[in-house]
Amino acid sequence: MQSRLPILFFAILMAAIPFIPGVPPFWIVLLDNIGLAALVAMGLVLLTGVGGLTSFGQAAFVGFGAYTTAVLSTAYGLSPWLTLPLSLVVSGSLAVLLGLITVRLSGHYLPLGTLAWGLGLFYLFSKLEFLGRNDGISAIPPLSIGTFKMLSPGSIYYAIWVAVILSALLTMNLLDSRTGRAIRALRRGHVAAEAFGVHTPRAKLLVFIHAAVLAGLSGWLYAHLQRAVNPTPFGAHMGIEYLFIAVVGGAGYVWGGVLGAAIVVVLKEVLQSYLPLILPGSGQVETIVFGIMLVALLQLAPGGLWPWLMSFFPERTDGKKPDTSLKLAHRARAPAEDGVLLQVEKARKQFGGVVAVNNVSFDVQAREIVALIGPNGAGKSTTFNLITGVLSATSGSISVLGRKVDNAPPQEIVKLGISRTFQHVKLVPDMTVLENVAIGAHLRGHSGPVSSMLRLDRADEAKLLAEAARQIERVGLTEQMHQLAGSLSLGQQRIVEIARALCVDPMLLLLDEPAAGLRHMEKQRLAALLRELRDGGMSVLLVEHDMGFVMNLADRIVVLDFGTKIAEGTPATIKTNPEVIKAYLGVAA
Amino acid sequence: MNTTIMLFLVQDGITNGAIYALLGLALVLVFAVTRVILIPQGEFVTYGALTYASLAAGQMPGTAKLALALGIGAFAFDLFEARKALHGRLIVRSFIANVVLPAIVLALTLSLAAQKPPVAVCIVLSLVIVAMIGLYLYRIAFQPLAHTSVLVLLIASVGVHLALQGLGLLFFGAEGQRGPAVLSGAFTAGALRFTGQSITVYAITIAFIVALWLFFGLTLYGKALRATAVNRLGARLAGIRTTLSGQIAFLLASVIGAISGILIVPITTLYYDSGFLIGLKGFVAAIIGGLVSYPLTAVAALVVGTVEAFSSFYASNYKEVIVFMLLIPVLLLRSLAAPAVEEEKD
Repeated sequence: MQSRLPILFFAILMAAIPFIPGVPPFWIVLLDNIGLAALVAMGLVLLTGVGGLTSFGQAAFVGFGAYTTAVLSTAYGLSPWLTLPLSLVVSGSLAVLLGLITVRLSGHYLPLGTLAWGLGLFYLFSKLEFLGRNDGISAIPPLSIGTFKMLSPGSIYYAIWVAVILSALLTMNLLDSRTGRAIRALRRGHVAAEAFGVHTPRAKLLVFIHAAVLAGLSGWLYAHLQRAVNPTPFGAHMGIEYLFIAVVGGAGYVWGGVLGAAIVVVLKEVLQSYLPLILPGSGQVETIVFGIMLVALLQLAPGGLWPWLMSFFPERTDGKKPDTSLKLAHRARAPAEDGVLLQVEKARKQFGGVVAVNNVSFDVQAREIVALIGPNGAGKSTTFNLITGVLSATSGSISVLGRKVDNAPPQEIVKLGISRTFQHVKLVPDMTVLENVAIGAHLRGHSGPVSSMLRLDRADEAKLLAEAARQIERVGLTEQMHQLAGSLSLGQQRIVEIARALCVDPMLLLLDEPAAGLRHMEKQRLAALLRELRDGGMSVLLVEHDMGFVMNLADRIVVLDFGTKIAEGTPATIKTNPEVIKAYLGVAA
Repeated sequence: MNTTIMLFLVQDGITNGAIYALLGLALVLVFAVTRVILIPQGEFVTYGALTYASLAAGQMPGTAKLALALGIGAFAFDLFEARKALHGRLIVRSFIANVVLPAIVLALTLSLAAQKPPVAVCIVLSLVIVAMIGLYLYRIAFQPLAHTSVLVLLIASVGVHLALQGLGLLFFGAEGQRGPAVLSGAFTAGALRFTGQSITVYAITIAFIVALWLFFGLTLYGKALRATAVNRLGARLAGIRTTLSGQIAFLLASVIGAISGILIVPITTLYYDSGFLIGLKGFVAAIIGGLVSYPLTAVAALVVGTVEAFSSFYASNYKEVIVFMLLIPVLLLRSLAAPAVEEEKD
């Protein structure tokens, strides 16, 4: 959690600016514009920088906010304060509609899709009769408190900046929470997050709505600042400019949005007023220079200016250790987690003509460590993906505690108490170890986005972090708790994945090559941990290539070769099984 | 509905659609190879068109000077990048390609412009000028960013678009221009009248689709480009110069853009900022084609052109709304059919 002190300082500074003698009124106009752009950019930071969803369509949401209040306050005479919630609701609900269509698109479809509907909506604004077509709507009443009317740019200044600072605080609160971690995990792909119960399409829709509501707020303020609206500021060019603001400022940082807005608004103003003096000539010289500076800026600082600026203020990495005495309620358990936990029966997976898993059957009992071994390409990881619901089986059945779970989504599987690690580590590299591990406890927390924004989630959050810290301690990474996950060695990252899986409070732990990249001592420590977990009542199913590790640890071994089970038994019998030796060495020894 | 009107609209739609198809192909090509979503594609169109129209009207187009300026910039970038290992051959090669070539073209343009050169000369000159602009732009704006994310490249692409559009106003003024037909003459078949221009549009579009298909399927460079598109690092390890792939892609895209411009400008008046919308309609087609498939993009472009023609007849006010909203059902279908594949980003 970041300190709130600089924000307070910033708020006081912003509040004081109009009172500084000699501040030209024009500066206040600029600051108003910066605030309006910053609101939209902040939404984009969350959407694009953090969530990885690029949108060119934000200008359209600004338009929804502006037109809603314009129509309602002129044609129907509603008070601007009444139209505020309505503007936000209109932007938000249209975001749901457009989001449902758009957020499922991946990669480059998404930005282009948003560009397309952004343009379409722009033309719609300029053609609809009740929105005043190209002329727009004028004579919008100003904001007023009692008899005080905010007619001048100086009087609405406070309304705008209160909105900016409040939105920034709420957005930062949201990011620093259970929901925030789910959002921050989105950019790295959805498999890992879903394996811990995150409903990724819902999380994406959430950020989409958040960004749209912020844009709608900006639009509402804009309408009452200008007291007139027309379609021009809601076109594709503005949509692009907002995105550009976010990227220039630093797309991953809430304050990057504010910084970017300041830079772009001031730069444009300076170019517009001074460039004609230097380069007299017709037309849009400022557009040319603006475009060139944009490219130059990206080449010099592709990550944006905020992180560059922050690198001058060395960051404290020694975060506060969570209070591990707080207990998190256990996962709701089935009545009897005993006997056969997992039963795989004739599971089969075909990719086109390739049979990756060929009618494989095996089971895992309570308090048992089972190893799944076999040469590369034997179908071990595919089997894992079938069990955890990442892939759906072509045929066969998988049951947990006697209940069939075929083709259930990963979010359901983890609810049954089956958690996993990945062969290719799937952590969020720019989150700390603690935050990464806390994703594992996602389903054991309850706070939603709204309570997170309002900081009503702190009790729940403290318990989640305490549980995460406990599991980190258990796997022996307490030292690294506040480091970024991406800065750890690959072996340590695998251990972080185990801690994350333990946060589920699982009955069955699925480990995909946990010992790869570990040193000898680390392997021994891992083996001891797994034995301890088994003795504590947990079962483990692991895929591993290190035979020494497996033979000393596993109670039972299942051997796969070319997708088919070729042997099953205790380590001792597997060691001497001629089929197994043939599979590994090519000849019967 | 009148059959004749319908036929006219279809014909109009196909002519427009063919242009969108060309642009869509270029966008797909550039995206696949360099991951750049080429917003300035529209500027290649207007630059091509307006350079051609200016030359034909006996005016000196500013684009020729821009090409030289960008070339000098590209040369400077080359020098700066190779500053630790400068050797004569490299400097000379870069100097010829980036400075001597556009200087010669500028000199040619200067000497020819006043004499109202024949159409063929105008076409060749405009193509060469725009091609050089495309090539140098890649060197200056995109090659240094080649390793960054799609988003950063996209924003850079927007920057280039803004700068080029501003320059367009400077070079060609706010007035629209029209150029002479590439191929004059016409014949009628039934109720329809085919002009030489529209026939040229069809022929060139088809030729380009076939040529691209042959290029990617059969030539070594085409295969290198495809390899770069699939896996940049892998392609480099296999000895493919990925910067060369990027240069080829931009060269092709700018030539295709310029050709499209030259094809449209005899049919409709183009302004310095017309390119953006035309390019975006190419985008719509490219998105429908999934940014990967050339034939699908071509078909989608024809659909976009036809829908545009019909909506401008029946609901001209909502023409753009309809064209861009056309994407929504397509996106909906795509998102329903999209497999839940894992994407590793960054």
